[in-house]
Amino acid sequence: MKPPPFDYFCPTTVSEALELLAAQPNPKILAGGQSLMAMLNLRYLLPDALVDINHIPELVGTSIASGTARIGAMTRQRVIERDEALRRVAPILSEALRFVGHRQTRNRGTIGGSLCHLDPAAELASVALLYDAEIEIVGRNEARRTIPIAKFIGGFMTPNIEAHEIVAAVSFPLWKPGHGYAFHEFARRHGDFCLASAACLLERNPDNTIARIAIAIGGLGPIPQRLAAAERLTIGTRGEPDVIERAVASCSELEAIGDFHGSASYRLSVAQSMLRRSLKLALARARASESAP
Amino acid sequence: MKTRTINVTVNGTAYTREAAVRTTLADFLRHSLGLTGTHVGCEHGVCGACTVLVDGVSTRSCLMLAVQAHNAKIETVEGLAAADGTLAPLQQAFRDNHGLQCGFCTPGMLMTLTELLAENADPSEQEVREAISGNLCRCTGYQSIVAAALQAAGTMRERGKSG
Amino acid sequence: MSRLIGKKVPRLEDAALLIGKGRYVDDIRLHDVLHCAFVRSTMAHARILSIDSEVARRMPAIHAILTASDLASVLTSPRLPLGTSTTKAQNSSTPFVLQQKEVAYVGEPIALIIADSRAEAEDAASAVQIDYEPLPVVIDARRAVDNDVDIVRAELKTNVLNRFTVGYGDIADAFSRAAHVFSDDIWQHRGCGDSIETRGILVEVRPGGHELCVWSSTQMPHDLYYTLIGMLDLDENRIRVITPDVGGGFGPKYCIYPEEIAVPAAAKLLGRNLKWIEDRRENFMSAVQERDQYWTVEIAVDAEARILGIRGRLVHDQGAYTPKAVNLPYNSATAMTGPYIVPAYSMDVVVAHTNKVPVSSVRGAGYPQAAFAMERMMDLVAVKLGLDRAEVRRRNLIPPEKMPYTKQLKARSGAAMVYDSGDYVASQAETLTAAGWEDFPARQKAALAEGRYIGIGIANAVKGTGRGPFESATVRIAQNGKVSVFTGAVAMGQGLATALAQICAEELSVSAEDVTVIAGDTAVTPLGLGGFASRQLVTAGSSVHLAAKSVARKALKAASNLLEIAEESLELDDGHVRVKGGNRSISLAELAQIMRGAPGFAFPADLEPGMETSIQWKTEALAYANACHIAEVEVNIELGNVTIKRYVALHDSGRLINPMIVEGQIVGGIVHGIGNALFEFMGYDETAQPLTTTLQEYLLVTATDVPRFETIYRETPSPINPIGAKGVGEAGTIPAAAAVLSAVENALSPFGVRISRTPVTPEILFDLIQAGKARATS
Repeated sequence: MKPPPFDYFCPTTVSEALELLAAQPNPKILAGGQSLMAMLNLRYLLPDALVDINHIPELVGTSIASGTARIGAMTRQRVIERDEALRRVAPILSEALRFVGHRQTRNRGTIGGSLCHLDPAAELASVALLYDAEIEIVGRNEARRTIPIAKFIGGFMTPNIEAHEIVAAVSFPLWKPGHGYAFHEFARRHGDFCLASAACLLERNPDNTIARIAIAIGGLGPIPQRLAAAERLTIGTRGEPDVIERAVASCSELEAIGDFHGSASYRLSVAQSMLRRSLKLALARARASESAP
Repeated sequence: MKTRTINVTVNGTAYTREAAVRTTLADFLRHSLGLTGTHVGCEHGVCGACTVLVDGVSTRSCLMLAVQAHNAKIETVEGLAAADGTLAPLQQAFRDNHGLQCGFCTPGMLMTLTELLAENADPSEQEVREAISGNLCRCTGYQSIVAAALQAAGTMRERGKSG
Repeated sequence: MSRLIGKKVPRLEDAALLIGKGRYVDDIRLHDVLHCAFVRSTMAHARILSIDSEVARRMPAIHAILTASDLASVLTSPRLPLGTSTTKAQNSSTPFVLQQKEVAYVGEPIALIIADSRAEAEDAASAVQIDYEPLPVVIDARRAVDNDVDIVRAELKTNVLNRFTVGYGDIADAFSRAAHVFSDDIWQHRGCGDSIETRGILVEVRPGGHELCVWSSTQMPHDLYYTLIGMLDLDENRIRVITPDVGGGFGPKYCIYPEEIAVPAAAKLLGRNLKWIEDRRENFMSAVQERDQYWTVEIAVDAEARILGIRGRLVHDQGAYTPKAVNLPYNSATAMTGPYIVPAYSMDVVVAHTNKVPVSSVRGAGYPQAAFAMERMMDLVAVKLGLDRAEVRRRNLIPPEKMPYTKQLKARSGAAMVYDSGDYVASQAETLTAAGWEDFPARQKAALAEGRYIGIGIANAVKGTGRGPFESATVRIAQNGKVSVFTGAVAMGQGLATALAQICAEELSVSAEDVTVIAGDTAVTPLGLGGFASRQLVTAGSSVHLAAKSVARKALKAASNLLEIAEESLELDDGHVRVKGGNRSISLAELAQIMRGAPGFAFPADLEPGMETSIQWKTEALAYANACHIAEVEVNIELGNVTIKRYVALHDSGRLINPMIVEGQIVGGIVHGIGNALFEFMGYDETAQPLTTTLQEYLLVTATDVPRFETIYRETPSPINPIGAKGVGEAGTIPAAAAVLSAVENALSPFGVRISRTPVTPEILFDLIQAGKARATS
């Protein structure tokens, strides 16, 4: 299974990369390559040119400032997973990343690549949606625009980005220190694409009621989905067992797809099971954080 | 451009070669450099037989183009033993524990475990299993590989103590 | 006390493999090699109206595009012979070398592209246009049996390849007398071999164009050798087949394939060196696999749960062609009764073609299905009668006093099925104790109180090993005193060289490291059968043992002659023949040098030149190994996923030559069986398009899916071979799926779940649990 023929370019600046994307016929961006290379080897894709963006320094790096964690699109998943500063402010990222593929794939895979590939089970896409992350896109003449992740996610494996554009960075508006968080997923084997995942962030009021909550379900439908109904019904509660069950039940409002790996109804059951775990753990962690000095 | 000249260092030796841009790193190592220790088992990034270290980190060489390794430092199974032929602790542990049968997944296992032991000198059994969860073996059932990894970790810790 | 036998001698194979110096077929550097890719059918059943390779032919780097017509001039037949070594035995169900009329499965090879590189060959392959006329597709073996309208291939009159009944005893009487009769439908799906190294072949055309040297990643070099001689009309002295390092066999490399004929044929035609390395997708679409068996089984027992009879029907999916004489369903049907006394037995077997990849052996070769069916029925009896599952088995196991025990069936080789040795009752008892079987109900109850579902399962199995008629061995003392062993047995990772070296070194009093084993090279071993059916340690091991003994005797005799000392006063020791208790000695090297002859040296009348012996130890009987496995699982009932918490496996594989190697075979085999229980499914859609063509879709077991295995060994030496050994390559796999799913069913007994299929996915279990819950509330 050898790749088809293509031209190869290795720009070192964003503007160079953009020029190539504009000028080359049928180009494809080569980021971490963990999805793209497999597809090329299987000849599922036949680009005429590969634009390798692994040598553009400005696309790499993390900064935490003004309540936002900004991660360069070409930052490796393993780097994010082990970044101590990120772990302190956004611990769900490294928790979710433990489920992403295997160490070899995380060594090269990138956050930008994962978001642009947009597999329905992609953990990073789910977490980005959870955070209402902002996606910075660079286009022709280095024009920059920022769109919310919900708008970036177009449809099944289809990001809203033009052929001549590059994702430059992903920004995560941070939640309060001590926020509760949890990421759970169920896959057939360690590192496989999950059948469903549930991610949760929450903050509590001084009286322990839930002040703010975000829930994202991945793998169930064609794209990761926010569980708005569950978010609404848990606000103001203390996350009592019956509240959790109602939240879990509301998963049935989401779109679910069935395929060779799992039927829609089974995936829904998995999503519910994962959500139950994530809600309980996020609550426990929020509680724990609050009681810490 | 359909070919490129690349400079790459493999196991400490510098090479300059022309490579077709669509050649994977795995095929480049095997056929351009004649280092056939790295094996190709699936070409879609699942089996892990092709695992090498690129700039110190484990990498599926079937999912990387050779041209992407320009100026990179690669380590393969051929570079693990000492110059005088003494096996690395991991290799010796594989031998002691019957950690290989057909040997086809072995180079990938060794390189992945080399990375693990470099970052974690005292892994638990579960940590070893997770580390090699992306390396498929059809022969051993993994038990002897795990035993070998744990033995090697112990050996390396001892050597570390004795300086 | 044995010096080497029974010792965990480190493997001789490891040194090269550990440093990346293995020599698998794709590692072999040959000058001036062209690369091959196949154009394969994308339809499961269709007439080929045209093959247009005009565009492909003109692409750069393309040397040739060959179809069946192009190869006809060098082939004596367009299709492979059936089974082993002769070209005469063909029928209308063997595969074609290349297909150009009517394709019968997705993946069937149609054309061979020869190019400067594999990538360029694939470029050309995608430019070849094939015009297909779709024909009806036969997907399900059960429906194929009764469907005389849609036939998998036009040349056949029926989809049924074979029908036969195996059995003995008065089955009608057994069922009429029964206190209880239980029945079940059991669907078993085994999957692919999936060695990590795929197939591959390298062909060198020696100068002059009439000599070929062929390297193939195969379990059967002699088969390939004789098949190529027949199909390419070669002089048998002008072709050599060499087995390189093989990255796992597991069954699929036991067949001779179209590609293994097409590539040498093309090499002969073009006079060029050619290489073909199978990729993983091709492997899923054209390497043999096992697939579906549908069993309907009834078991008749008396009031004490003793078996009176078993009868049933088995439909076996053969796939589109028959690369080997049908073996699997015969194995399954004859092996079903396993280690149990079954007074009457009748199994109707129907072997049916489907428009899918051809079916032949994968590790276990029909025995895992036999064990699964039998063990599921034993559990059914126990559950229905409220008896302990181990107790029901104990009542029916062949007791030791009845050994050797003759099953009234014939093995595939035609030999009687005589279980030569083994204590099945003690084996089970020992395993039960080790696994804490008696304590488990209390633990299960406690877990249930915590809302956790744990279960324990058991399975027994026997496997006839050491299949004959022989395996070849030549033992030779080299001029430097080291020893060479040449054998037709084939190494595929199982430590064959080490085991044979140990056996040889033991008899010659040398170290195992001083023995070199050359396996599977037809130039140095004219006769050989190869690796399948857990046979090589017994057969090659026995031949090596006898040959080494013979060489040892010769060494003593020659030394006696040269030293002028009686043989009784001499012994072999550390590469020398020494005077017992004395100083004088002569090295094996010296002996070899003298015995190779020199002008003026007269050989005494009773001493032949040379220091070698060739032996083909013959056997008709099988040496029966037995096993008992007990698995403990926990099932998450919200998800249906299974965690194996503990696994105890007892094996009696006769005398263990190298216990470390045996352990590796057992553990590896068990993990394959776990794959069959919980993960491995070769999927096809309703048009027989394969759905699982990558390792992301077809799930192999990984390191995080299995626990440590606790192994117990009993060594009942086999009385029917000189080394007392029994084969071990498949024994771990055979009971494993049954043990695991027995445990899963036990864990889910609160829901009244019955598991009658393998594999089971979490979703399948989830649905069974839901159904059980629904039944409980209704």
